[in-house]
Amino acid sequence: MINFQYVRANDVADAVRQIAADPTAKFIAGGTNLIDLMKEDVERPARLIDITRLPLKTVEETADGGLRIGALVPNSDLAYHPLIQQRYPLLASAILAGASAQLRNMASTGGNLLQRTRCYYFYDVATPCNKRKPGSGCSAITGLNRMHAILGTSEACIATHPSDMCVALAALDAKVHVTGPAGERAITFSDFHRLPGNTPQRDTNLEPNEIVTAVDLPARGFAANYTYLKIRDRLSYAFALVSIAAALELDGDTIKEARLALGGVAHKPWRDTAAEAALRGQGANPATFTRAADLLLRDAKGFGHNSFKIDLARRAIVRALTQATRGTPQSQSSKKIL
Amino acid sequence: MVRMSTARPLRDTMPVPSKTAVTLVVNGVERPLEIAPWTTLLDALRDHLDLTGTKKGCDHGQCGACTVLVDGRRINSCLTLAVMKDGAKVTTIEGLATNDTLHALQQAFIDHDAFQCGYCTPGQICSAVGLIAEGKAKSADEIRELMSGNICRCGAYPNIVAAIQQAMGQS
Repeated sequence: MINFQYVRANDVADAVRQIAADPTAKFIAGGTNLIDLMKEDVERPARLIDITRLPLKTVEETADGGLRIGALVPNSDLAYHPLIQQRYPLLASAILAGASAQLRNMASTGGNLLQRTRCYYFYDVATPCNKRKPGSGCSAITGLNRMHAILGTSEACIATHPSDMCVALAALDAKVHVTGPAGERAITFSDFHRLPGNTPQRDTNLEPNEIVTAVDLPARGFAANYTYLKIRDRLSYAFALVSIAAALELDGDTIKEARLALGGVAHKPWRDTAAEAALRGQGANPATFTRAADLLLRDAKGFGHNSFKIDLARRAIVRALTQATRGTPQSQSSKKIL
Repeated sequence: MVRMSTARPLRDTMPVPSKTAVTLVVNGVERPLEIAPWTTLLDALRDHLDLTGTKKGCDHGQCGACTVLVDGRRINSCLTLAVMKDGAKVTTIEGLATNDTLHALQQAFIDHDAFQCGYCTPGQICSAVGLIAEGKAKSADEIRELMSGNICRCGAYPNIVAAIQQAMGQS
């Protein structure tokens, strides 16, 4: 880890002022990803701005029947919050599918959104990586790519976004509130993270001088018919090979409303509104689910080691939609997939 | 401590930041420190306070050997900057026993032979203290899942679960 200056921000305006004044600075909250990346020499900020004292630690009900989650609410507090458990159990389940109890106690809501890929080459400063060093090349495309993306890739980058929480937030149509020198703005969740294109060094559309202050959930929580199904190489404390956030509203056997987002398959949480449209108005049965899965995976492309993910994702989508229909969400403690 | 005071910046243009005064309340005792900002809580405990019960395993938040309780919550001390915890209450494995009486979890780990080499054990026990305080784990499945951040290379997992179940029954 390189040496750095350490300062504290007193409020949001102070944090924005400090980050805008120093392009080599970074915010630190939970630190679970940033400190690790600094130890690996991947991140080399000259100054860390500690934002943990900012008043962004509450979960509040909003006028439209939703919730506003402060950016500094720890992942564990959010997962176990009574209103999240009752009204957004998909989000609670996704959070508890990720990391470990210790890391969830530390990691913040805003930081979860901004965590970086766990691509081995991004972490290994001895290898080329366009995300870490633009223009240096992608080692993963022809290298070890078992964990890598099958959707929305580019010739520059096939990294995945590692979050579980964000997959649920994408499915739930959350909004990200940010503040910068020009004031506040809200970013719809599907516009927050980016596809790699020619600029894989940019994970999100957050500007370097902006801070995430809150994440808003709309009223619709899909508490009756949902699941978060995560497939990984070991049963706990591992990143997803493929994960599925599925949420349905049913009228008898007919799907009234559907949400479908995938983790572990793309540079961002992969929500496909065309696949959701193919579910809406249809019978909740395996034939419908398979059609939606085929549609979602229409442009999927494997790179060798990760090619198995295409079939895995297809089957996991069908299984997740079946779990959601039955109202039997995937347990995050007993790992038996029913 | 010597290592810290002689640390030099990798970039010539960057001045060495001055050390920061931090007070940690470790196992109930106020411990004032003068530390560089990049000192992790783990290194502060081990190298500055000579509390070597907390172990450095992977140093990347993957193994859980460094688990301690900060303000009652279990965290990875290797991914925590000590300067960010000014004023916080830190409990390490050294702070669990009361005089000559072991903490219920320490005793349970002995009763169930819940370790072989013992290197992960301080982290396992601190993590289990946090787990019991959280109150979310009831079944063995839930204990296993919520203890998954603590790796035991010797594979003492069945006995660790049994030890935690024993201590839970007592709390």
